[in-house]
Amino acid sequence: MAERSFAKEVKKLRLGAGEVFHGEGILAITKGLLQSGVAYVGGYQGSPVSHLMDVLADSQEILSELDVHFEANGSEASAAAMLSASISYPLRAAVTWKSTVGTNVASDALSNLASAGVIGGTVIIIGEDYGEGASIMQERSHAFAMKSQIWLISPRPNLPDMVDMLEKSFQLSEASNSPIFFQMRIRACHLHGQFIAKDNIKPKFTLRDALDNPNREPDKIILPPFTFLHEKQKRELRWPAAIKFIIDHNLNDIIDDPENEIGIILEGGLYNVVIRALQILGLATSMGESRIPLYIMNVTYPLVDSELVAFAKNKKAVLMVEEGQPNYIEQALNKIFNDAKLTCKISGKDFLPAFGEYSGQVTKDGIKGFITRYNPALLGRDEHETPMASLSAISTSELETAIPARPPGLCTGCPERPFFAALKMLEKDYGEIHISADIGCNSFGTLPPFQIGNTIMGYGLGAASSSAFGSVKGKRAISIMGDGGFWHNGLTSGIASAVFNNSDNVFIIVDNGYAAATGGQYIPSSAKTLKEDERKARIQDAVQGVGVKWVRTINSYDISDVKTLVQEAMTTDFPGPKIIVVEGECMLNRQRREKPVIARNIKSGNREIKQRFYVESETCSGDHACIRLSGCPSLTIKPNPDILREDPVAYVDNSCVGCGVCGENVHSAVLCPSFSRADLIFNPTVWDRFKYSLRQTIITALQRRRDRKRAKVML
Amino acid sequence: MNNQMERPVTIVISALGGQGGGVLTNWLVTLAEQCDYFAQSTSVPGVAQRTGATIYYLEIFPKLSAVDKTIPPVMALMPMAGDVDLVVAAELMEAGRAIQRRFVTPNKTTLITSGHRVYSISEKMAMGDGIGDSETVIRAAHEAARNFIVFDMEKLAGKMGCVISSILFGAIAASGILPFSRKNFEEAIKAEGKMVEANLRGFDAGFQAAENATDKIPLDEASNITASMITGMITGKANSPRAELLIKRINALPAAAREFAYAGAQKLLNYQDLDYADQYLSLLEGFAAKDKPPFDITRELARYLALWMAFDDTIKVADIKTRTERVEKYRAEVKAADGQIVHMVEFMHPRIEEIIGTMPLSMANMVKKSSLLTWFFKKFTGPRLLDTTKISSFLMLYFIASLKPIRRKTERFHQEFIHIMKWLDHISDVMTQDYDLAVEIIRCQRLIKGYGETHERGLNNFARIMSAIDQGNVNAHRVAELKMAALADEEGKTLENELKKNHP
Repeated sequence: MAERSFAKEVKKLRLGAGEVFHGEGILAITKGLLQSGVAYVGGYQGSPVSHLMDVLADSQEILSELDVHFEANGSEASAAAMLSASISYPLRAAVTWKSTVGTNVASDALSNLASAGVIGGTVIIIGEDYGEGASIMQERSHAFAMKSQIWLISPRPNLPDMVDMLEKSFQLSEASNSPIFFQMRIRACHLHGQFIAKDNIKPKFTLRDALDNPNREPDKIILPPFTFLHEKQKRELRWPAAIKFIIDHNLNDIIDDPENEIGIILEGGLYNVVIRALQILGLATSMGESRIPLYIMNVTYPLVDSELVAFAKNKKAVLMVEEGQPNYIEQALNKIFNDAKLTCKISGKDFLPAFGEYSGQVTKDGIKGFITRYNPALLGRDEHETPMASLSAISTSELETAIPARPPGLCTGCPERPFFAALKMLEKDYGEIHISADIGCNSFGTLPPFQIGNTIMGYGLGAASSSAFGSVKGKRAISIMGDGGFWHNGLTSGIASAVFNNSDNVFIIVDNGYAAATGGQYIPSSAKTLKEDERKARIQDAVQGVGVKWVRTINSYDISDVKTLVQEAMTTDFPGPKIIVVEGECMLNRQRREKPVIARNIKSGNREIKQRFYVESETCSGDHACIRLSGCPSLTIKPNPDILREDPVAYVDNSCVGCGVCGENVHSAVLCPSFSRADLIFNPTVWDRFKYSLRQTIITALQRRRDRKRAKVML
Repeated sequence: MNNQMERPVTIVISALGGQGGGVLTNWLVTLAEQCDYFAQSTSVPGVAQRTGATIYYLEIFPKLSAVDKTIPPVMALMPMAGDVDLVVAAELMEAGRAIQRRFVTPNKTTLITSGHRVYSISEKMAMGDGIGDSETVIRAAHEAARNFIVFDMEKLAGKMGCVISSILFGAIAASGILPFSRKNFEEAIKAEGKMVEANLRGFDAGFQAAENATDKIPLDEASNITASMITGMITGKANSPRAELLIKRINALPAAAREFAYAGAQKLLNYQDLDYADQYLSLLEGFAAKDKPPFDITRELARYLALWMAFDDTIKVADIKTRTERVEKYRAEVKAADGQIVHMVEFMHPRIEEIIGTMPLSMANMVKKSSLLTWFFKKFTGPRLLDTTKISSFLMLYFIASLKPIRRKTERFHQEFIHIMKWLDHISDVMTQDYDLAVEIIRCQRLIKGYGETHERGLNNFARIMSAIDQGNVNAHRVAELKMAALADEEGKTLENELKKNHP
């Protein structure tokens, strides 16, 4: 089960026509898929669409009632390849992943899919991880749409429009035999709102029907001469069909006023922010009625030349509000207007920022600049100027130094923490090591306090990233990879390749049992898997299967053993890749499983021991070496209770889960003697009580004796 | 048309993982919808929801003001600087970040924040004091917010046995910023149906606290005391004529130094005995006699000499770990129930240095010379787990603690006093020519702390700075800089670079 359960929410997926759906954006999207009659769904988790995968996983019962197949694909490439079922069968399909990274992974299959074309409506819901909260490099998915000719939908960020556009996307896909990218931005995924539901539809044509009546269309194969045919079809058939559908069904919203000399063209996803900016400038009502003509591109690819020309024909200037760079749409407008011999000026990233998220402030400033330049008479009072001006008294630089950054880190009790602590200690003895890091929770090892890892090249590519150093003799390079990345592609791209090339590097695979960073989804080596209650594959077997001879397994919490083992791998004469599987279950998942059991046990009177750590503030030196080897959220600091001492002392807060790392670190790194582990006994046995009271009698007597002696001399 | 220009009430919530920001958001949505408002919420989680802050954003809009009660207005998905009615932060620095991002503006924003701190990794991992500057944030909040409510909600939540989100919800109700009654708020908690009782309790506590909230935040206890230095006389708790005499001597010191001197003397009595406190005061008085207003040297020396004289040795550690009051403090902190069996398992890692350090000097020298003896005593080194609720472990520590009477003869004591006397001589030499430099030399003692490697590193850095002073051309300001450089990294790279600048 994933970190967040949607078991309760998925009931909303059963709502029928006319009922009001309240809920999160991704759940609404799922409902939209069922209302569209999809035959199969899948994808690969990643923010901001991790929860879409979780919702699908949690709604299997409903999906199977509707004859919908759900596949937790092994990677985005697998998900894209799965869509091939819609090339020759009228099967509606949807997959989802994080973009642009997932789109990168999927792009080979996507190119082929788009080339062959589809007859079943095919929608790829991409979670656009751009702007605030993003965890990846900043790029646009737009380029993929253009290069492969996949239509790009950017719905207005409200539930009714999102669901409506999703349903239309299937129709557009079928009308133009092209797959669709349905772009969901971070905030839209997490948006809570409501819409009027429709009935779910069973697919008219099912996967069973397809297998019973296989349909082979030779000209859909991606080989010459058909590939040339596909290119021709793309340009001559599918493109015009799409344009026609978009116009006929009014997929773009055009709110024009021929009297007005200026206008704004915007991506649908930016509708709300543009309207808010206009409201603040006194140019739009709360309901969104704008005094400036708007061309709202709910379809951002392809562009509909005729609509755009009609919109701009009598205008002096238009502002293109297009987030991210390069400014593909703005460039295209130039060509379109030039061909149509329009005199309309095209603005965009001259008034708006050239890159970065279009937040409220920058959008408002950009629009204001544009209007000031082309029609200042329109401009009302900017409500914000006064309050913002009155803020200048606060020194921003002063605040900057006062407020510490809060980078992400590993969770309390995380099994990766002891592993990184061991590596840090090893580097102290052995010297610095070149380490290729990977994507996943283990990425946080590159951040303070560990700062381990030189590069991150992509999910599952940690192993492959060190391959340049594979044959250099002497000090070795280390690759780190999570179990999620390993199964995603790391086994073949990294490990098998290392065997094949006889690499001498060290490869460490962190096996925490889940795709933990994206919310604890099951993977092939999870103790349980999504559809069955048993482990399907072991990492050790897999690497041995591809020919690795040096494979070791270790418990991540045994810090000094981990350190020794990595050192051995670094120095052994054994030729070929050295693989260490570091095991330790994701603490979030473990706690979620164990905590209720322990609570139940305690309640029903069974003996239980709970462990947690404690730091003696009097002996704590205030040097925080323990924190520099940990970074655990529960190991924190507090002001020094001793008025003579200035440095804050370490302190373990109540969230400690007693994972034992603090103690291991104290021993392995020879830290101060301030750490203590409290073993709290619940429901002790009679024997427990007897031993304890006997010991306590003696200990207390000795303590009292010393107390009395001390009390004689006071100051 | 006028109503049509009305804009939604906008709310930003910033919460860290586990603080219940999502629950708070749900309550607000329920509250608004129950009161015939349109409500929309969204969030931007910190990277993969791990330890970062999640920012929630809500807009609510009265259905009365809409043309069609079934069609909601266009609501934004992110806050705009200068256009936020309510900013709620579950931690002080997150409130600071909201101010930094200009979500808090004097024209409209009510800022409600907990005053407690959840320290970030950069603050925690610093080698000294890396804690962010809360005062600046509070000051900025006063300037930026139209209304500002701050109190320690974490503490209150702990007291009420609820999560911080219910306290915040109560504070929002009390602020009166939302057009809903207290009853409406409580209805929302009930409607959500999760831990209703605890949440209503927290809500009530938050409501009351916000009503009574002054805008003054209690400063951390420690800094509070140092900030308001007592200038009066020390009364003390002396229970013997000799101790009374010491109190008198402390009161004879310059007023500025008394509080530290008293704390220092107490520390050393606790550490060793009254003689040791006496010795400390004598050393201090020697400097006080040569000092002049504002008596910075005496005050700073009162602090750092006491700290150095109470150096961390095995006897001190064993003593602290076997005391009655320690058990009480320990049990309270780990939240042990009355009478609950709690084992206290100490993580010790004695090295040969610690063992030799606890021996009398002559014996220590003998062991150091003999490889056989060293080999023998090495058997007692290495990682040890000592459960001080078990007799054997307790007795072992109790025995080490009882070595106090021979402490003055130990090898470690001998070593430390060589350093201390050298340091005092140095201060003495410098104070007549360069007062400020002498003060900074005193303050460098801060570098010497802890055990094992930490202690060696500190002593080494201290020695390097002292030798830089000996080589001349180093003023007080520079010494302070070098001290900070020594605290910048474990490897000593920053100090190394700084020292290179000194002698290029």
